[in-house]
Amino acid sequence: MNLLTVENLTVTLATGSGDAQAVRNLSFNVGHGEILGVAGESGSGKTMTALSMLGLLPYKGKASGSIKFDGREILTSSKREYRDLRGKEIAMIFQDPMTSLHPMLTVEVQLTEHLRHHRKVSKDAARNSALELLATVKIPEPAAALRAHPSQFSGGMRQRIAIAMALACEPKLLIADEPTTALDVTVQAGILKLLHQLRKERNLSVMVITHDLGVLSSLTDRIMIMYAGSEVESGLTTDLLRNPRHPYTKGLIAALPGNSASNSKNLLSIDGMPPELGNFPTGCAFHTRCNYAKESCKGAIPEVTNLNSTHRIFCPINPFSEVTSAGSQS
Amino acid sequence: MKEILNIKNVSVEYDRHGRKVRAVAGVDLTLNSGEILGLVGESGCGKSTLGKAIVGILAPVTGEVVFDGEKVKKLTRGKRPEHFRNLQMIFQDPYGSLNPRRKIGVQIADGLIVAGMPKKLALLKAADLLEKVGLPRNAVDRFAHQFSGGQRQRISIARALAAAPTAIIADEPISALDTSSQAQVANLLVNLVDEFDMGMVFISHDLSIVRRISDRVAVMYLGKIVEVGTVDQIWNNPSHPYTRALISAIPHADGTSFMPQDLPGDVPNPMSPPSGCRFHPRCPLAKEECKTQEPGLRKLGDGRDVACVLQTAGNQPVTITLN
Repeated sequence: MNLLTVENLTVTLATGSGDAQAVRNLSFNVGHGEILGVAGESGSGKTMTALSMLGLLPYKGKASGSIKFDGREILTSSKREYRDLRGKEIAMIFQDPMTSLHPMLTVEVQLTEHLRHHRKVSKDAARNSALELLATVKIPEPAAALRAHPSQFSGGMRQRIAIAMALACEPKLLIADEPTTALDVTVQAGILKLLHQLRKERNLSVMVITHDLGVLSSLTDRIMIMYAGSEVESGLTTDLLRNPRHPYTKGLIAALPGNSASNSKNLLSIDGMPPELGNFPTGCAFHTRCNYAKESCKGAIPEVTNLNSTHRIFCPINPFSEVTSAGSQS
Repeated sequence: MKEILNIKNVSVEYDRHGRKVRAVAGVDLTLNSGEILGLVGESGCGKSTLGKAIVGILAPVTGEVVFDGEKVKKLTRGKRPEHFRNLQMIFQDPYGSLNPRRKIGVQIADGLIVAGMPKKLALLKAADLLEKVGLPRNAVDRFAHQFSGGQRQRISIARALAAAPTAIIADEPISALDTSSQAQVANLLVNLVDEFDMGMVFISHDLSIVRRISDRVAVMYLGKIVEVGTVDQIWNNPSHPYTRALISAIPHADGTSFMPQDLPGDVPNPMSPPSGCRFHPRCPLAKEECKTQEPGLRKLGDGRDVACVLQTAGNQPVTITLN
């Protein structure tokens, strides 16, 4: 059984001009010890999906559908139940470790607070686990690090501390929202290695949200691509990156600087911009930017097409059903 | 190909609580017209500081920047000498670099009005420039908040173009943008460089984009240039261990579960840079002599410059493999 099963999740946010759906009818799951990648441009609903799992939607945000975690429905949880869940069973790390760590408190305070809250352990026991955690995430000299403040660490080290915090109560699911976007590639590679190792050692499930397909390629088992609040394609990382079948996924992959066949300096790009919240196009939301769009794409919301047991797309016309090479995007 | 910028032995210092921090420590570089020079390195290596020193926002403590035959002076409150209007800069954050309370047209026209153009004409020209960067002419009457990040960056580019630049320093111009805007803005810059035969220094931490659009690449580490060469030289056969480490750390988006290599350690504090080669504490190939002797840039047989004892001037580069 999957650790996390999300069905027909719809998130509605209050905007200046009325309610708008940020996530629309999204269904996916994460298995035990699996790393799922969620990719999409800003405004595609990936962060709202994550926040709805933690009961952290912005003011007046509403989620409907079903989120089953470890066998029980959590979407209907009370505030109190969410508080017990957060940090203990589902933990999250954010893009910018400077804003997710308190600048005035020592690492020790921040690393032990929720341990003592959720586990009711003594101060000394909490301190010992904190030392172990810092060693796990490979912070040099853990004892000295405990006494230090976040500003005394570099960005990569701060992200390691944020990961240590997230791991403190041994959560089953770790949600990582753009965990390496603010870091240099040399440091990013270290964090990717660490996440891999944690999954292996702790059978941790990870849901990583990023727009960087390179990061997803080296880190994830499966990828789900989102556009305008909905899934457009999902599949095993190898399948999806090597044989993308949705025009949007194909466009994203073709736009990667390293992926163009020609020697021209110009990059391939998807024309236009992602739609804004509250202004999602009708039918297949991508039809306004899609080179393959037909009249019919404007009408009906696309049905799922299963390409194999793990790879599926939501495209009304499936223009690449006959094509297997990735080089046909013009 | 004409040399438009010549950076000679430039060092820049910041004052941190009375202590001098040398963020850029003796950099030599040249930029030609019609050329994109990528400037890469980890954060904190001095790329942006160097960019600011080139246009005169910061004054170098040693050396000089020569733009089109004249030495660049530090910007003051007074009018900038006419000669240097053709040297422009584009910043990373398109939110912070535009005035939220002034119309876009006026902000672009400013440069033209200062140069003596009548206001009406300048506003017309501003609309032309907006069209040039792919925005509607009526954008002149709108405000910055009415545009997305990618569009704002286009506006910043139009503003820089208003001065008819012959050289542009672009400091992480696409890093704050979404994936699809990134490619669009990068393409715009490439086409403008081509069309106006400008020179551009493209500062970025994203090596894949630099590889794609640059002609030459300069790699910086802790205030110093460690390697300069053509894109192919740098990419296919990096001759400095740091360049090799940077390239090995880039993930491949090819679905082959390739694991990028990390480079342990952090960029040291420029307040107390390591002795000898500044990269030696993190370099897996460091020798004893690297701790004491600072390697200068040397020209290799294929024309590139590199600062590493493993390479010998005049010879072909020795292939660098890390563990």
